[in-house]
Amino acid sequence: MTPERRLPPVTQLGAASMAFVAAGVIYIASYLPKHAPLGAAIACLASAAVLLGVNAVLLSRTREFAWWRFFQVMRWGLLAYFVVAGMLEYTFLYDHTHGALLAIMTCMLVLFMVNVPLLLAFTVARYQVADR
Amino acid sequence: MAVAASSVAVPSAPRELAPVIPVRALPLVAVVLAGLVVAIAGNWLWALTFYHVVGGALWTSIDLFVGFVIGPILRVLPVPARVEFTTRFMPKMLVIMPTVVTMTLGAGFQLARQSGHLSTSDPRHVWVVVSMCVVGVMAVVALALLSPANLAVLFELRKPQPDPAVVGALMRRFVYAAGVTGAMQVATFVIMTRLAS
Repeated sequence: MTPERRLPPVTQLGAASMAFVAAGVIYIASYLPKHAPLGAAIACLASAAVLLGVNAVLLSRTREFAWWRFFQVMRWGLLAYFVVAGMLEYTFLYDHTHGALLAIMTCMLVLFMVNVPLLLAFTVARYQVADR
Repeated sequence: MAVAASSVAVPSAPRELAPVIPVRALPLVAVVLAGLVVAIAGNWLWALTFYHVVGGALWTSIDLFVGFVIGPILRVLPVPARVEFTTRFMPKMLVIMPTVVTMTLGAGFQLARQSGHLSTSDPRHVWVVVSMCVVGVMAVVALALLSPANLAVLFELRKPQPDPAVVGALMRRFVYAAGVTGAMQVATFVIMTRLAS
C-alpha cells in the first residue's frame, strides 16, 4: 500500500460541512411554501462555510500531495456539479423563491457545489504519487 | 472482515484502460434529465410520478443489492477477481446512481409540492420532513464517502500496477457506505408507504 502521508481531515470536515448544508436545506424546506425564520438557516450556512474555509486552508498547507491530479478531478467535478447546482437553482426560481431565502439557498448550493468536487478530488489525489 | 489484499498480487499483464466515465451513456443521461426538467416545468403529474417511482425503485434496489448482496460476495473474492469486477462495475455506478437520485429527488419534491404534503398544515407533512432527513443522511454518506471511494478506485485501477491494498481499503469503504445507505432505504420504505396510504 502507498505509504500514508500525514494529511488533514479533509473528508471529515467536508462531510460535516455538507451535513450543515443538508440540515439548513431541510430546515428551510420543512416550512415551504411559507418562509422559515432564517436564524437557524443562517447559522447552518455560516457553520458550513467556516468548515469549508478551514478545510481549504488546511489542504492548501499540505506539501506532499498530488496537486496535479487534485486540480484535474476538481475541475471536472466542478463542471459536473455546476450543472447539478444549476438544475437545483432552476427549481428554486421556478417555485418563486426570492429575497433573503433565495440568497441563503443559493449560498448553500454554492457550498454544496464546491464541497463535493473537493472531496472527490482529495480522495483520488491522496492515493496518487505526490508532486515533486 | 478478511481482506487479504496485500498478500495477493494483481496480474502484471498490461491491461486495457477503460474510461473513468462511460461516455456512451451520457447522451442517455442527458435525455433522462431533460425529461425530468420538462416534467417539472409542465407539472405533469403522470411524468412526475413515473420519475419518482422508477427512480426511487432503482435507487432503493441498487443500494440494497450492492450493500447486502454484492458487498458480502466481493469481500470474499480473491483480489484479482475483485479488481476485474470493480473495473467494470464502478464506471457504471458513477453514471447510474447520480441519475436515479436526481430523478427521485427532483420529481419527489415537485410531487410533494403539488400534492400539498409540503405544506405545514398538511397532516402528513411530518413524514415529508422525516423523509428529507433520511435523504439528507444518505446524501452526505453517498457524496462524502461513497462517490469519492468509487472514483478513487477507478483512478487506482488505471495505474500500471494498482495497489491491491488501496483497492481493498477503498472498496471496503464503498461497500460499508452502500450498506449504510441500504439500511436507510428501509426507513424510506416505511415513510413512503405511510405517505402513499
